[in-house]
Amino acid sequence: MRIISAIEITNAVERLCIEANYIIAPDMENGIEQAIGDEKSPTGREILRQLLQNASVAREKSIPLCQDTGMAVVFADIGQDLHIEGGEMTRAINEGIRRGYRRGYLRDSIVSDPLNRVNTGDNTPSVIHYDIVEGDHLKLVLMSKGFGSENTSALKMLKPSDGTEGVLDFVTETVSKAGPDPCPPIIVGVGLGGTMEKAALLAKKSLLRKIGVHNTDPEICILEDRLLRRINCLGIGPGGLGGTVTALAVNIEIFPTHIAGLPVAVNIGCHSTRHAEAIL
Amino acid sequence: MEYRIRTPLDEYTAGMLRAGDVVYISGTVFGARDAAHKKMSDLIASGCDLPFDIRGQVIYYVGPCPARAGMVIGSAGPTTSSRMDIYAPRLIRMGLRGMIGKGLRSSEVKDAMKCCKAVYFAAVGGAGALLAERISAQSIIAFPELGPEALRKLTLVEFPTVVAIDSIGTDIYEKGRELYHCEG
Repeated sequence: MRIISAIEITNAVERLCIEANYIIAPDMENGIEQAIGDEKSPTGREILRQLLQNASVAREKSIPLCQDTGMAVVFADIGQDLHIEGGEMTRAINEGIRRGYRRGYLRDSIVSDPLNRVNTGDNTPSVIHYDIVEGDHLKLVLMSKGFGSENTSALKMLKPSDGTEGVLDFVTETVSKAGPDPCPPIIVGVGLGGTMEKAALLAKKSLLRKIGVHNTDPEICILEDRLLRRINCLGIGPGGLGGTVTALAVNIEIFPTHIAGLPVAVNIGCHSTRHAEAIL
Repeated sequence: MEYRIRTPLDEYTAGMLRAGDVVYISGTVFGARDAAHKKMSDLIASGCDLPFDIRGQVIYYVGPCPARAGMVIGSAGPTTSSRMDIYAPRLIRMGLRGMIGKGLRSSEVKDAMKCCKAVYFAAVGGAGALLAERISAQSIIAFPELGPEALRKLTLVEFPTVVAIDSIGTDIYEKGRELYHCEG
């Protein structure tokens, strides 16, 4: 059994907050660069160039990529042979968020109550998804999830008879309705199957996938490609001002489901879809 | 067309701009988003004065990141405008001449814009680091308790925008989409 201390978790989360918000993931940056070649609209190409400039300014001058530094979502995969001492894990993660958002000059975007809406002043709490896995390590993935894109996400419990076409229609319709609001070019995360909350979680997790990586199931891979083509035919384009690159990727994750159901969740990520990870 | 304009905006300038024009905005604008709009709306409902004279002014839908020492402001890109749609028509009828944000607007906002000659400018969503460099001053003028959502006075220097909806109701989001739409 391996032992790590809670303070190591706090330190790692603090660092991940800053990294995710200042440094765009290389695959996202490459994706935008490639999109300049694919985009037919001159305005669209100009917006893509500005997004690359924005990424450079953020990295070089330590300014967050976007003012919406998001609600922190943490995926914590805990090896079953790992022991954590010196503090409670959830508290350690939230302390890391508190420190990271302060030290990184990131915006406090969390209100303590969805109806009374008083800012918590330190961007906590975060949304944490724990998973017990093999081994004796802890994998932490931090996502700073902006709500421009989060607000355009949707979930629907389809009927089994709706099938593939039903899924294609719902995902396309969700992206179409979102239009310019989620800051295109977007990443479309799709969770298929499971229960209501499982589908949503699959969709969120799929946003972490690198651009250019597809589902290993050939049938799902083809579905991703079909959806990407359909979405890029909507004409929304970079910044929503019209164009041929609305999405950089469609990532579908699936899970077994009930004989009566076909849950579909669509979680949309913006052109920066910020995340960073550490293994302790 | 490409224009360099200064705020406040008069009816002539606002009326001349057309959807798709590239406009660099300089001068004072007011930064406000959801919570500040709600507060302003409460003031109006109670018959009180707004914290600033809104006639001819431009509101930027923004809640910036905190400024690092030696900097004017942190990341400061536009937020989604549609959340302000419920408040905007009233403000436009009171004299608000321009809004800077991102994304679609409701038909109620468009109607108010047509009736009162107002313009809606789009800035690039998610380009907060780049746009922060075009802001040369900021101060909080009301509702400091709202933190990042406080009402701010901002000085813009050649702040890059595109006219998204003009004062005759043409919408670049709709036009652009029609142009590049294909059968998938």
